Amino acid sequence: MPQPPPDTVLIEELKDALLSSDEKKASRILSDSENQYKPLAFVEAVIVPVLDHIGQGWANDQYALSQVYMSGRICEDLVDGILPEKSEIRKIRPKMAIALLSDYHSLGSRIVWAVLRASGYHFISYGRIEADELVENIIEDRLEVVLISVLMLPSALQVKDVVHGLRRAGCNAKIVVGGAPFRLDKNLWTEVGADAVGFTASDALSIVQSFTRGKPI
Amino acid sequence: MIPHEMTSLDRVLCTLGHNEPDRVPLFLLLTMHGAKEMGLSIPEYFSKAQYVAEGQRRLQEKYNHDCYYAFFYAAIETAAWGGEVVFRENGPPNAGTPFIKSLDQIEGLAPPGVKTSPALSEVLRAIGLLARDADGKVPVIGVVISPFSLPVMQMGFGPYIEMIYRRPDMFAQLMAANEAFCIEWANAQLEAGATAICYFDPVSSPAIIPREIYLETGHPVAMRTLGRINGPTATHLASGIALPVAEDIAGTGTAAIGVSSADNLAAIKEICRGKLTLIGNLNGLEMVNWTRQKVFEVVKAAISAAGAGGGFILSDNHGEIPYQVPEAVLLAISEAVQAYGRYPLKSH
Repeated sequence: MPQPPPDTVLIEELKDALLSSDEKKASRILSDSENQYKPLAFVEAVIVPVLDHIGQGWANDQYALSQVYMSGRICEDLVDGILPEKSEIRKIRPKMAIALLSDYHSLGSRIVWAVLRASGYHFISYGRIEADELVENIIEDRLEVVLISVLMLPSALQVKDVVHGLRRAGCNAKIVVGGAPFRLDKNLWTEVGADAVGFTASDALSIVQSFTRGKPI
Repeated sequence: MIPHEMTSLDRVLCTLGHNEPDRVPLFLLLTMHGAKEMGLSIPEYFSKAQYVAEGQRRLQEKYNHDCYYAFFYAAIETAAWGGEVVFRENGPPNAGTPFIKSLDQIEGLAPPGVKTSPALSEVLRAIGLLARDADGKVPVIGVVISPFSLPVMQMGFGPYIEMIYRRPDMFAQLMAANEAFCIEWANAQLEAGATAICYFDPVSSPAIIPREIYLETGHPVAMRTLGRINGPTATHLASGIALPVAEDIAGTGTAAIGVSSADNLAAIKEICRGKLTLIGNLNGLEMVNWTRQKVFEVVKAAISAAGAGGGFILSDNHGEIPYQVPEAVLLAISEAVQAYGRYPLKSH
């Protein structure tokens, strides 16, 4: 099914509401659009472009991380209302999971979680997990894509262990990494053997979308 | 007249006064490397004040840099509040699961006593040992986490951001408790012998929170807190960009600002000239893989951008150099400062 084109008017309205953390206005925009869009179409034509704009704006120092986080949380709640967890129209491919590797600071993975859910995806969340257990879970759950978030350099370096463990076991799940160490050292993701890196939550979304469209990373 | 070779403390005070000392001061903000020097594991090293003091002494001597850094690890503060500290073999100890699990816990939350905390007492002992060893020649840098940034470890980043936006009443209560703790902790370090306090405040960076919200939250918190710390302070945004709030931070009464590798050093120097000393901004993560040639290039560029007129201390961008950065890189940084940092600076 072709994707609906971005709705520039609603995008601007929702962007303003999200950047000022105005949940009521965001909710009103959604309810006013119910006759115009089916749930998933609203997600594709309005929510995804807005979250992408805000995520890129953070990467360009235009917006703050708190705005990215609050935007994701508000949209997550909106989308949960129109696409419940068990909804059949949630996107179940690629089969994927999100994990916080070894660290205790979950903001990055929480933002990615919110953006992917707000974009209509269904996925597993492993929460905070160590490398060995992550490898076991990926193999057992037969995942196609794993999004790994870290905050600290030692945790980023552990991605190497995850990749080695998977490849040794013949598992070709794509590993997508993100987090501060990868933003500050732009070559680190290749050093640890990841398949892709996301510098923002919307990057993570684009990477996942590239899988579903059959494009290479 | 500037003497040919100043002590580290003279050099730092001179640059803080926005004058040119004999050379650009160098702060290698090393914490875990002390464990390597002592042949100890990271948990063992941080368990005793004597180990940290001796580690710092050896690092200062080896790399010929200009401070003793009395920072153990950030989570030591949440340990004092009853939080969990998770040690690891090759990185800084982390704060474990946040101990504030619901906003109800904030009501009536009382700050812990600094001197009754075994972990904080160990830091105070280390500062005392370092101050004695410094003998007025090397500045001893104490560290506090700002009241505005501590909640990231107390309650987790996400819930904290949501509280800032949605529950200003609870935010105010937590700030009151944190400010009382931060002031007592900073002043205890100064009494123990610290020369200055580094006020780590990453949440105040525009990378984390918009300036307009910062001006209503982190900025007044800093004004209230720094005004009651009985000594000089430096505000550090721990890799977060500083440029858009540099003038606001200057207004808090702090003497220096930690600058991100993502900041334009020359541009921020223009804003801060005569007002704030810049500390930075070498990329600690990239440093892991730097060659000697790369070290000389980046040190030269940083000094060229921000060294003129004083008001500049060469350092990393985060306030803690990763454990993985090799000795050869640290030695090369020290050599490069000697090569390019002598005042009057040469036009490169």
